[in-house]
Amino acid sequence: MPIAPHPPETWIRPTAAGLYCEPGDFYIDPQQPVSRAVITHAHGDHARAGNAQVLATPETLAIMQTRYGGDAGGSLQPLGYGERLRVGGTEIRLAPAGHILGSAQIVLDFHGVRVVVSGDYKRRADPTCTPFEPVCADLFVTEATFGLPVFHHPPAAAEIDKLLHSLRLFPDRCHLVGVYALGKCQRVLALLRQAGYDEPIYLHGALLALTRLYEAFGIALGAVLPASGVTRDSLKGRIVLAPPSAFAEPCSRRLPDPVVAQASGWMRIRQRAKASGVELPLVISDHADWDELNMTLDEVAAGEVWVTHGREEALVYYANKRGYRARALTLIGFEEEE
Amino acid sequence: MNRFAALLEALLLTPSRTGKLRLMGEYFATEPDPDRGWALAALTGELSFAEAKPNQVRALAAARVDPELLGWSYDFVGDLAETVSLIWPVAPLTASGASPPVPGLAEIVGNLRRAGRAEVAPLLAPWLDALDPTGRWALIKLVTGSLRIGVSARLAKTALAEWSGVAVDRIEEVWHGLEPPYQRLFDWLEGRRPPPEIGDLPTFSPLMLAQPLEDDDLARLDPVDYLAEWKWDGIRVQLVARAGNKRLYSRSGDDIGAAFPEILAAMPDEVTLDGELLVIRNGEVASFNDLQQRLNRKVPSEKMLRDYPAAIRLYDILRAAGEDLRPLPFAERRRRLEAWHDASGPHAVLDLSPLIPFSTWDELRALRDRARDHGIEGLMLKRADAPYLAGRPKGPWFKWKRGALTIDTVLMYAQRGHGKRSSFYSDFTFGAWDGDALVPVGKAYSGYTDEELRRLDRWVRNNTVRRYGPVREVAPGIVLEIAFDSVHRSTRHRSGVAMRFPRIHRIRWDKPCREADTLEALERLLN
Ligand SMILES: [Zn+2]
Ligand SMILES: [Zn+2]
Repeated sequence: MPIAPHPPETWIRPTAAGLYCEPGDFYIDPQQPVSRAVITHAHGDHARAGNAQVLATPETLAIMQTRYGGDAGGSLQPLGYGERLRVGGTEIRLAPAGHILGSAQIVLDFHGVRVVVSGDYKRRADPTCTPFEPVCADLFVTEATFGLPVFHHPPAAAEIDKLLHSLRLFPDRCHLVGVYALGKCQRVLALLRQAGYDEPIYLHGALLALTRLYEAFGIALGAVLPASGVTRDSLKGRIVLAPPSAFAEPCSRRLPDPVVAQASGWMRIRQRAKASGVELPLVISDHADWDELNMTLDEVAAGEVWVTHGREEALVYYANKRGYRARALTLIGFEEEE
Repeated sequence: MNRFAALLEALLLTPSRTGKLRLMGEYFATEPDPDRGWALAALTGELSFAEAKPNQVRALAAARVDPELLGWSYDFVGDLAETVSLIWPVAPLTASGASPPVPGLAEIVGNLRRAGRAEVAPLLAPWLDALDPTGRWALIKLVTGSLRIGVSARLAKTALAEWSGVAVDRIEEVWHGLEPPYQRLFDWLEGRRPPPEIGDLPTFSPLMLAQPLEDDDLARLDPVDYLAEWKWDGIRVQLVARAGNKRLYSRSGDDIGAAFPEILAAMPDEVTLDGELLVIRNGEVASFNDLQQRLNRKVPSEKMLRDYPAAIRLYDILRAAGEDLRPLPFAERRRRLEAWHDASGPHAVLDLSPLIPFSTWDELRALRDRARDHGIEGLMLKRADAPYLAGRPKGPWFKWKRGALTIDTVLMYAQRGHGKRSSFYSDFTFGAWDGDALVPVGKAYSGYTDEELRRLDRWVRNNTVRRYGPVREVAPGIVLEIAFDSVHRSTRHRSGVAMRFPRIHRIRWDKPCREADTLEALERLLN
């Protein structure tokens, strides 16, 4: 078999700014401003402000504009799922990653060699975004946020049932659910609606703009009201969503005897829930769990795997054991964003 | 088992004391005997399985999942029970297509109590298969004897009291005459039988504890009302002898007599005493480290008894010749204590903690600041007219600790924490200068705010020069001001010294590393 003339490591490499594609002269999810950026999705640790040119899905660009306004980028170029674009010597395509609205894997073809950069992804159904599409590749750059075999996400519907059960058990207590502002918030809203909960749901101010944007993209989330300016008594027995960082704010402490919940894959670990002051942990994640990470490697069937963004060592070890050439790619700047 | 597991999980996650009391009360009210009794034994720390060890649980898990992956998972999660409960693979269905049957709490306890060392693992494996992750977590916590769910024995008894309407001190008084699963106790609490007779049992009486003295307290207190004595640096104990039965209890009511046979042997009958357990050589109190040697042994060797002679320095007398002395004022109890000590002596291992004469607070403060013996942790102030009250009443007793020592050190290594801090580098090894080289002198896990921890963690990640497993070596760059209670010689540390209770006092982001302290400076603080 002839050796591929352009093995991936000769044209794509990690740098201090981020993953750099040489023939296309662009960075993927750069951590500092660059002249050309391709963005997987709009979470803050992937989509930074201030790049000169930005290529991403129309949804991702819209979210970046909502968050960064004029700083979103000098010129913004939308590329829908499945469309192809030549950049320098490479061809770019964006494939759905199933992580949040607009999230994409970056598919790069260069002289018959294919690299897929997953960004963050999940494999479970999510009413607020297009499902993950496995794309066969020579090199797969995968995330590993939950890259340890202690992480098995239970079905999200069962976790939503826990919340609704608690609401029936404590009809006079407000249920304050910590959610990441982008993605998790809207997914929890949609899951509650799927479970038949049709009461109004109250949102902390920091969550409103992005939720309205989801609705503008045609995602129905039911009656959603701002939590501020509402009387204390009217929040009894209601669900209030807020970013976990807001739990310490006076407006959260004003809530009527709140049951503190949090929707995150980290809630699988009780000590972590306990340490965050969470009484009702809801294991709802927008990332692949351990089995799904490994299943995805098999579906993508790349001989070579680079692991980044999370618990790299265990996934690298296990992938090697299962016959992949895997290594950890140390990219700085990513956070545990759930 | 599922209800007990749900109770443990809810107790762990419920932050408020009242919430925890309500959860336990509901459980005692609705769970049948004997399961609720076994649960009570677990919550009060009375249940232990000598043949079950954490490493058996670890070995079981390592046989089911890749040991490397288990290791990384444990490193991340930081708690064995939690790690194994989450990583345990889902069991196959039985031949009939059903899930394996879930065992009951009484069944688990009964089987484990009868089991020999080799029988524990074969018992545990099918239970772990049958239980869900929460059940597995509770089972492993139960068998390895460390629940750590924020419930003390006292809180569990308080829950019994609130649920039954019987005062908690009455429950405490009979507690040491009872055995799990506490049928006799529940019969009494539910009104089916009279209170258990404690008769001649040498039962534990809950201790009276002191409030820390705050800066502005002294201005409000009149020195005339108080007596002062040293606060000795050992562990607080209660000695109880009744009808020939003798017990040595720790402050939480654990019977630690087996570890201190010389104390029990020398103890006169029919008395209850409150004092400090110490190692004393030729009348001099040895360091806490020496006492630790004895506390580490369940049963001491002849050599230990010789090299680390234990003794008790007496603070108080609670009962003598069948009379309860606790309602008497402290000054009167003190007179009784001295009289009893005189009449029953001479004593080999019991001496009196002397009262310190003083007339002004300034005089006392000066005495405290000069006290640098390692036997002394600070001062106790006790109201002369106060009875002996269980718990920590506000006002009658104060502890006035002596000021801590501090030293400026340089951060050398960082390790990921366990439990809630498992994603942060939170365990720090720091060093002092020895010429041009840094020598590690201690480790600290506390003393920083969450914000400082995040900043330290970021700094560690950005300044790592080498990695050894979970440990990162960092370039010298941060000065940590460490507070500690004392420093003593140690052959186990490369520096030759070890600190007691080191904690981060301040992070000196501003201070150049070269200006941190030397090993010699630390050695000058040896006492
Ligand atoms: Zn993301
Ligand atoms: Zn991410």
